[in-house]
Amino acid sequence: MKKISKPAIIFLFLITILNYLPIILTVIYSFNFSKITSVWGGFSLKWYKLLFENRDIQQSFINSLILAFFSCFFAVIIGVSAAISMRNKQTKLDKFITYFSTLPIMIPEIILGMLFMAIFSFINIPFGFITLIIAHTSFCIPYVFLIVKSRLIGMDDTLIEAAKDLGASNLQIFVDIVLPYIYPSIISGVLLSFAMSFDDVVISIFTTGSTVNLLAIKIYTRMKTGVTPEINALATIILIITVIIIIVFERINSKHEKF
Amino acid sequence: MVKFIKNKVLKFPIYFYTISFILLPIIYLFILSFMSKAETWGIEFVSTLDNYKNVFDKFYLKIFLNSLKLALLSTFFVAIIGYPYGYFMAKLNNKWKKIFMILLMIPFWTSGLIRLNGWIIIFRSNGVLDKLLMMFNVIEKPLKLLYSYPAVLVGMIYFLLPFMILAVYSSVEKMDWNLVEAARDLGASSFQTFMTITFKLTIPGLLSGLILTFVPSMGLFYIAEVLGGNKIVLIGSVISEQITKGRNLPFAAALSVILMIITSIILRLYKKISSKDELEGLF
Repeated sequence: MKKISKPAIIFLFLITILNYLPIILTVIYSFNFSKITSVWGGFSLKWYKLLFENRDIQQSFINSLILAFFSCFFAVIIGVSAAISMRNKQTKLDKFITYFSTLPIMIPEIILGMLFMAIFSFINIPFGFITLIIAHTSFCIPYVFLIVKSRLIGMDDTLIEAAKDLGASNLQIFVDIVLPYIYPSIISGVLLSFAMSFDDVVISIFTTGSTVNLLAIKIYTRMKTGVTPEINALATIILIITVIIIIVFERINSKHEKF
Repeated sequence: MVKFIKNKVLKFPIYFYTISFILLPIIYLFILSFMSKAETWGIEFVSTLDNYKNVFDKFYLKIFLNSLKLALLSTFFVAIIGYPYGYFMAKLNNKWKKIFMILLMIPFWTSGLIRLNGWIIIFRSNGVLDKLLMMFNVIEKPLKLLYSYPAVLVGMIYFLLPFMILAVYSSVEKMDWNLVEAARDLGASSFQTFMTITFKLTIPGLLSGLILTFVPSMGLFYIAEVLGGNKIVLIGSVISEQITKGRNLPFAAALSVILMIITSIILRLYKKISSKDELEGLF
């Protein structure tokens, strides 16, 4: 009965095209020679050249990468250990903690930003990389935690039991049995967290200091004053990176299904 | 139940992080909302209800209602477009399913900001849309859509659509198609079958999609700022302004507390209705 009608297919394609229209225009206009977006001045790579010469943007790009890296790192440690420890039985307290640990992706971002901003200024941590990493870790944890947890639900305990009976140490069990089983979901969680951290504007605005420039914030402040061709070029580069990440993600996911 | 490492050790990181960086800040936020702003800078620790009274001041109440209206409107359109999209997508064969999934993921994972950038190109005066409409003689003068309400609405719908699609898609995917087949065999029309079986079984997905669109839309102030200029003020913008410019943290805290209460009521309701612990289609 899973037949699909022609109008349905047309609908799918139409919405998909609409979905891509802004992206395609951004890419096209990034090659526009003219500075004014409404005029096509011929093909040019000058905005890319300008971008590669812009130290400020390069630095904020690197900062964003560092931030995303550390946030993912901590999210993996916290999320994976939590998922393993809560895979079988959850106490009342565990459920309570789970609820609050996944809250960051449930509530509007602005509240999370406000929350961190308030507490950091209360305990007087200087705003900068540390505050950013703490804040970004908060919304990376739920992705890793929930994805790994749902993978572990289907895990067969007999393997662990057998390994234990044969005298394997805890570390051996983790490295040889549990890790190979969950690593695809860890990678999925990391990629998703990485993308979210790299893109985040709202929480970053509230938790960054004057010393740390982030790419997303840079783009945001520039966009408020209208589109510049440089931003189009930058957007195209980020788009390409995203596409590569997704292809890697899909590859891992389809391998994961074969197990 | 086999334990291969002491659970306590494994639980420590998440307990530590959640208590110190989520729970305590929430408690602090709550306390803060009853404090008052110091004359010059910072917070005075005197308990007061003024912040909450101010929230119900006509000016802010209106902004709250405006945000609510925009959020509801966006959610409505997202549901109308997203539900059929997710539903049809689940009906595709495996190869096309995969293609459409990737097509959906690319914009979803690309920075929301970058995608909004494209809408600026479309909406700006004498931009792509104006040019196109003028070419076909639909309009004579540029529409000046950038920095208007429709532009913000389109931006919101565009930003939130993937959440709805993924939620609906995953619940249609899980559905047992044998039921549909049985209903058809027993003589139900395809519309009847859809209403009595497919729609009913995918309600959790739809609800989850509604939440995943409605909740963030209350706080997406930067879409309103980028596409709406400073003409459309949402509650998110007020909070951010209070923090960055007004320096009235207690008032911002009160607004956040109210927004948080609304959000948790909605999440509670979802759990009650769908009897599911986690939102469908989040992953």
